[in-house]
Amino acid sequence: MEHRWGMAIDLDRCTGCEACVAACHAENNLPLSDPDQAAKGRAVHWIRVDRYYEGEFPDVRLKYMPVLCQHCDDAPCEPVCPVYATYQNHEGLNVQVYNRCVGTRYCGNNCPYSVRFFNFFAPHWPEPLPLQHNPDVAVRMGGVMEKCTFCIQRIQRGKRDAATEGRRVADGEIQPACAQSCPPEAITFGDLNDKDSKVSRLAASGRATRLLEDLGTKPKVFYLQRAK
Amino acid sequence: MATTLPATACDQVRDDIWRPMRGASPAYVAAVAATALLVAWGLFCWGYQIGHGIGVAGIRRPTMWAFYIVNFVFWIGISHAGTLISAILRLTDAGWRKPVTRVAEAITVFALMIGALFPLIHLGRVWLFYWLIPYPNQRLLWPNFRSPLVWDLTAIFTYLTGSIIYLYLPLIPDLAQLAAHTDGWRRSLYRALSLGWTGSDRQWHALERAMKLMAGIILAVAVSVHTVVSWDFAMALAPMWHSTIFGPYFVTGAIFSGIAALLVVMAVIRKMMRLEAYLEPRHFDNLAKLLLLMCLLWLYFTIAENLTVWYGNAAAEMSVFAARTRGRYAVLFWTMVALNFAVPFVLLGIRRLRTIASATISGLSVLVGMWLERYLIVVPTLSMPHLPAAWGSYSPTWVEVSITVATFAAMALLYLIFSKLFPIIAIWEYRHVSDG
Repeated sequence: MEHRWGMAIDLDRCTGCEACVAACHAENNLPLSDPDQAAKGRAVHWIRVDRYYEGEFPDVRLKYMPVLCQHCDDAPCEPVCPVYATYQNHEGLNVQVYNRCVGTRYCGNNCPYSVRFFNFFAPHWPEPLPLQHNPDVAVRMGGVMEKCTFCIQRIQRGKRDAATEGRRVADGEIQPACAQSCPPEAITFGDLNDKDSKVSRLAASGRATRLLEDLGTKPKVFYLQRAK
Repeated sequence: MATTLPATACDQVRDDIWRPMRGASPAYVAAVAATALLVAWGLFCWGYQIGHGIGVAGIRRPTMWAFYIVNFVFWIGISHAGTLISAILRLTDAGWRKPVTRVAEAITVFALMIGALFPLIHLGRVWLFYWLIPYPNQRLLWPNFRSPLVWDLTAIFTYLTGSIIYLYLPLIPDLAQLAAHTDGWRRSLYRALSLGWTGSDRQWHALERAMKLMAGIILAVAVSVHTVVSWDFAMALAPMWHSTIFGPYFVTGAIFSGIAALLVVMAVIRKMMRLEAYLEPRHFDNLAKLLLLMCLLWLYFTIAENLTVWYGNAAAEMSVFAARTRGRYAVLFWTMVALNFAVPFVLLGIRRLRTIASATISGLSVLVGMWLERYLIVVPTLSMPHLPAAWGSYSPTWVEVSITVATFAAMALLYLIFSKLFPIIAIWEYRHVSDG
C-alpha cells in the first residue's frame, strides 16, 4: 500500500479550545443534538476533548486530550460487525460503510476509546443550516453508526490533485479539518509510510505514546507529551 | 418394570388431560383478551420505535445495548427449561419425567420465539435484518463470519428448528388419538399434523429412535447456544466481559432460570387445568432439588467470576466491579444475590420447607434474580468503558418497559393457545406406567 495515514497530537500544545470539534462538525455534516438529547449522552462529536484533573484543590492542573477514532491496525470494532460495515481499507483507514450498517451497535460497544457514534434518530438541522452542508460528505441516516474518517474526502481530493499534476502527495498537503483549524498546531496529519514525513518523525520521537496501548489495538494516533 | 394400565384407567387419563381443551371458561377468555391486548400494545410500541427511530428507547452512548439485549439473554435462558429437563430425563429414562416433558418443551419453543425477536427489535435498521443471513446475491456480499452475532443467529435458528422438531415428535401419537376422537376443523388439523400415524410397531420403533436421537442432538445444541450467546459479550474487549468463564456461567444461568420458569408454569397449569393428580408433589420436589443444585452452581460461578476480577485488580475491571458491588448498581447486585441464592437455598435446602408453594416462590424469585443478573452483566460494563471521560448512564424508557412486559404477555398468550389446541401432558406416555 502506498499510504498509511496517521496522526500525532501534541498534548503539551493543546489548549482545550475545541476548535477542532467545531471544525469537524462543519466539515463532516455532523448531526446536531438538542440539549435534551445531548444530556442523555447522544451528542455526536467525532473528535472530543477529554479533560483530566491532576492534584488537589486549589492546586489543580487541567490536562486536555483530544480523542478521535484511533484508526487501529487491529481495530476491535472490525471483526464484530456482522455485515462488514466497518473494515480496514488499503491505506490503513478504519472506514465505515453507512449504507451497509444495520445498527447492531456492537462496534460501538467494542471500541475501547468510545469514539463511535450512533444515529439514534434521523439527523435534523434547523434552517438555514442545511445550506452549509459540505457537498463532499454524505449525510447519514438514522439507525447507523458513524465516526471519524480522518476526513477521507480531503484525502481523496489530495490524492486526485497530486495525480492530475503527476506528482506524489506532498507532506502536509492533506489536512483533516481538526488539524487545519488547531490554533497552536497541536495536530499533525500525514503518511506513516513516508519515513521523512513530519508525523512519522513525531511518532518515532521519545515523546510519543498511544492511548490504551496495552490493549494491543495498535492505534495510528500518537499522543506527544513530556516524559515524566 | 412397566405394567400396562387397565383400559378404564387409560380412558380416565385421556378424559382428564383432554378436559381443559374443550370449551373456554370466562376466566380463560379474559386471560386471552388481557394478554392479547398487552401483546398488541407491545407491537404498537415496536412500530412506534421503527417509525421514530431507536432513540425512543433509553439506549445512549456508551450504553448502546440495554433492556433488549437483557431480555434476549433472559428469554434464551428460559428456553433451556425444555431441553435440560426433557432431554436429560429422556436419555436417562427417568420415569417421573412423563407429565413434565411437554410442559417444558413448549416453554422452550415459545421462549425461543420471543427471545429471537429481541435482536431484531434492537437493530437500528430492522428492515435490513436479512443482511446477516448468508444468502446468494448479485453483489456477492456475505455476512462477516468472524462476528459473534452471525454465530448467534446460526445457533439460535438451529436451536429453534431442533426444539420445534423435539416438541413435535412426541406429539404425533397424541395427535392421531385426538384426530380419532374429534370432528370438524380440529379433526382435519390433528389428522394433517399426525402424518398418517397408525401406531404400528414399526412407527413406534422409528419414533422412539427419533426422540432419543433428537434428545442427544438438542442437548448439545442447547449447551452451544448459550455459550455462543455468552460470547457476544466475552469476545468483546470490554471490562468484565472479556472472561473465559462466560460460556459455562451463561449455560448454568440459563438452565437455572429455565428450571425456575418450568416450576412456575407447572404450578399455574396445575391450578388452572386441575391437573393435581398428574403434576404431583414429587415432580415439584424433584425439580426443586434440581433448582437447588443449579443455585449452588450459579453461586460457585458468581464467586469465581467476581473473586478473580477483584484479586486481579485491573483498573478498568475494578471500576465496573466497584460499581456493581458497592456503587451505583450495588442495590441491584445484592438483590440479585438474595433472590438467586438466599431465597432458593433456604426454601429448598431445608427439607421441611420444600413444598409446591415454596418451590413456586423460589422459581419466581430466581426468574427476577436472573433477569437482574443479565442486566448487571450488560449495563454496568457498557456504561463504564476503558476511558473514564466517556462514562455514561442508562435508564429505560416506556417503550422498552412496554415491549418487555408485552413479551411476558406473549409467553402467556402462546401458552394459553397451545393448551387449548394440544394436550399439555403426553397421554401416550401413560400407556406404560413405569415404577421409576
